Amino acid sequence: MQDINYLLLFILVMAVATFITRVLPFILLYKISDHPMLIYLGRYLPPVMMVLLLIYCFKDLRFSTFDDGPAELLALLLVVALHLWRANALLSIMAGTGLYMYLSQSLVLAG
Amino acid sequence: MNKSLLLSAFKATAPVFFGYIPMGIAFGVLFNELGFHWIYATLMALVIYAGAAQFMAVGLLANHAGFTEVAITTLLLNSRHLFYGISLINKFKTRGLRKFYLIFGLTDETYSLLTGTRPTDDKDQTNFYLLITVLNHSYWVIGSTLGAIVGANISFNTSGLDFTLPALFTVLAIEQYKSVRESWPFVMAFAVAFVSIWLFSRENMLLMSILLSIIVLLLLQRTKKSPEVIHRGSL
Repeated sequence: MQDINYLLLFILVMAVATFITRVLPFILLYKISDHPMLIYLGRYLPPVMMVLLLIYCFKDLRFSTFDDGPAELLALLLVVALHLWRANALLSIMAGTGLYMYLSQSLVLAG
Repeated sequence: MNKSLLLSAFKATAPVFFGYIPMGIAFGVLFNELGFHWIYATLMALVIYAGAAQFMAVGLLANHAGFTEVAITTLLLNSRHLFYGISLINKFKTRGLRKFYLIFGLTDETYSLLTGTRPTDDKDQTNFYLLITVLNHSYWVIGSTLGAIVGANISFNTSGLDFTLPALFTVLAIEQYKSVRESWPFVMAFAVAFVSIWLFSRENMLLMSILLSIIVLLLLQRTKKSPEVIHRGSL
């Protein structure tokens, strides 16, 4: 029972802390939401964030061996090429993921 | 609620489905090893709803960490969320419980979809945002619960399926380019990301590169005219 109480309090603390990080800008910036600086950041931050989140997904790649890097790069190239060609998000994502799963599971690039 | 809106929300969130289900299962499997009932994995996915924080939680729980430590590490780990609201403060045109839920559900992937997609009819925007948030949240809850129930008995090879998330960010980056029509934010973000990996640790690169990017953006703002009306394409 002691353990369950600890777990429940733990979950509460983590839930509140996570929510604070999400709600803070809405509270702090509410009064100045039409400030030119915020409109400017609101426009340019999303493209920047997409690139940062993308690179963050691959932060552990070392490119030191042949099976660590090329599969990711090839699959990403397919996603970009397909998306520029057909502009169908689901198609680009599924095709890229399929290629990646094939390359990484079959290890055709290894050795 | 009209059907076509629900359908387009399903289409928009499908890549997140394929990312959250395996990631949620991975969390559930890890959580299962702590020996708690699976219902607590469901509870965590429901009320915390943060991937990285929940993975960290397994380690903290195993070490019986103090609540101050839990609070501080969670705040630090999730501090990137602080910058998500900046882009959405003028886009959440609702109040009360609905707004509360939209803010609560602001994960990396939900943020990306909300800033990168738009319903065909603009008056549906709030409902579309809510649908995206509810769907993503439910994928995460389902995945976490499955993982905790099935636990170690699971044995299908999903290795590589989580590539849907980087693929989603790539597609959304292209969509962002179509609406912004300027390449410098992308070039800048790449440069900043590599500088932060080089200067700081790989673990801290996300937060550090967000901070650096905002500094660079603000420095560049002085040299630019005020931006025109924000126009975004739809996914």
